[in-house]
Amino acid sequence: MTDPKIRVVIAKPGLDGHDRGARVIARALRDAGMEVIYTGLRQTPEMIVSAALQEDADVIGLSILSGAHMHICPRIMTLLKEKGLHDVRVVIGGIIPDVDIPKLREIGITGIFLPGTPMQDIVDFIRKNARSRVDTL
Amino acid sequence: MAFTTISGREIAPLYSPADVATLDYARDLADPGAFPYTRGIHPTGYAGKLWTMRQFAGFGTPEETNARYKQLLAAGGTGLSVAFDLPTLMGRDPDHELSLGEVGKCGVNVTSLADMEVLFDGIDLAAVTTSMTINSPASMLLAMYLVVAEKQGVSWDALSGTIQNDILKEFIAQKEYIYPPRPSMRLVTDTFAFCTERVPRWNSISVSGYHIREAGSTAAQELAFTLRDGIEYVQYGIDAGLDVDTFAPRISFFFNAHSDFFEEIAKYRAARRIWAHVMRDRFKAKNPRSWQLRFHTQTAGVSLTAQQPYNNVVRTALQAMAGVMGGTQSLHTNSLDEALSLPTAEAATLALRTQQIIAHETGVTAEADPLGGSYFVERLTADLEAEALAYFDTIDRMGGMVAAIERGYPQKEIAESAYRFQQAVERRERVIVGVNEFVDHDGERIGTLYIDETAADQQMARLQRVRAQRDAAAVARTLDALQEAGRSDANTMPALLDAVRAYATIGEMCDALRVVWGEYEEVPVI
Repeated sequence: MTDPKIRVVIAKPGLDGHDRGARVIARALRDAGMEVIYTGLRQTPEMIVSAALQEDADVIGLSILSGAHMHICPRIMTLLKEKGLHDVRVVIGGIIPDVDIPKLREIGITGIFLPGTPMQDIVDFIRKNARSRVDTL
Repeated sequence: MAFTTISGREIAPLYSPADVATLDYARDLADPGAFPYTRGIHPTGYAGKLWTMRQFAGFGTPEETNARYKQLLAAGGTGLSVAFDLPTLMGRDPDHELSLGEVGKCGVNVTSLADMEVLFDGIDLAAVTTSMTINSPASMLLAMYLVVAEKQGVSWDALSGTIQNDILKEFIAQKEYIYPPRPSMRLVTDTFAFCTERVPRWNSISVSGYHIREAGSTAAQELAFTLRDGIEYVQYGIDAGLDVDTFAPRISFFFNAHSDFFEEIAKYRAARRIWAHVMRDRFKAKNPRSWQLRFHTQTAGVSLTAQQPYNNVVRTALQAMAGVMGGTQSLHTNSLDEALSLPTAEAATLALRTQQIIAHETGVTAEADPLGGSYFVERLTADLEAEALAYFDTIDRMGGMVAAIERGYPQKEIAESAYRFQQAVERRERVIVGVNEFVDHDGERIGTLYIDETAADQQMARLQRVRAQRDAAAVARTLDALQEAGRSDANTMPALLDAVRAYATIGEMCDALRVVWGEYEEVPVI
């Protein structure tokens, strides 16, 4: 039987080491009953997508504060398509300038969480939007 | 429910003489300028000299940042403080795979001496003091600064400034590390030895609690881990054969100024008292300058909100006031837009004006340690001190801070505090104006600084020019010599200076030592 727990890979791409947000959110998702895999720091898009594949992730959560999101996110979305991971949801939290938000939505990043977002909002979003694991039974 | 500080410390409804009954004025407080310096390191407080208004700045190319420095100096700033971008902090050239999208984004990109020459173009290095927030590659950037001084004809004796060079807090909190802890500590002691001898007015380390606090620690944890890091550096310096009184006077500290006003002031007072005892009693330092804790303060970036950003001006002003009333030697005030982007020129000027208003209009500079003797503040000071000393015992029992870091101890303590704080915010036990209370759904918008890819393109182009024009044989020779120094016990600074003079890049210098020492990887835990 498939485990109905939502599986989330939380990743810190790029060179930035500010991991407070990633770690707090990873814990909040785990406390909310999800299976959370935290990749740690300095992950390339290739490493993140490969972790999602190996871990059978439903959701990838990215934490980016450095301003590198417009380079990292499109690459991740392309790699996900190449690997056939079409139903893996990608969400991002961090400092995202307003002008970049529509561009991220356009490439398929549906959850964009800015500073000050309650943890519960992120939990609710993921519960509502993650692919259903129960359907695969 | 009892009132608690932002760190979760319970506060009694009233403090009275009974709370300070065990304090002895001469022994525990003393006048400003006298051991244990609880009330400050200068007898006259700010009457003799104001704090240095040092605004941290850096973005895009060296040209853009150079212009910002000139603007800050023209507006009355009294010291420079360099913010480097992530590739520089991590010792990577702009064309490395991991630098993708990061060049010039969080600070200025400095890849080789050619960039450093532009960064300080038209700025007399004998006339300014410069702080550089750089850690893993601190000695490389110091070497670049020294060579720029050489080229300006400024003697190294005349240089004054600071490299952060605090690798322990990188492992603990900010996580911009390259090499494993032990070789990293060797780079630090190399700079201690070199600066003591050759750049006598340079502060070779700024032991930093700022990032520990930003990562989510409590005030007591910031105090404890920072000072315990300081102890570790002094011990390593002594173990490397240095006389404590030759390098300890050049150790400075860097603390956060968070929002809990009295707790922050008590933290700075406790820090001075603890350090004076550590240096005199634990390390037997004889020079009073070794006993005196000098510190820089930055207001709490983490307290800034993206919502209702003008509120951040008020937060920053109050936090800065705590730093000043706690006796800081230098101060950075954050800009109102920093939850959204690096600051615009206008926002950075307003932040500097905030300090100038505190200095010249409020009257708080008239008296050293104006809160000394307050039952509440004295009790808080003593409690924070006791809590820090208990952490010292725990870490000493683990075998010191490097050993504690290798076990993940401070990292876990901070992660716990960060999560507890976030839960309190979620439950609205802790109010953040504009975020979980007094929310304004219309949301005012402010103009922010947007850094596009031009900086990356320009930096890439300069790197190519440098590579084409430099003497490739000299680069190879100096990098080999650096690697050799890394393998031996020789001080790495002379080899780094030679590599810098040959225009070796930061990526090349760091790689030369990566080959010898390997790279550190943290075990990810949540």
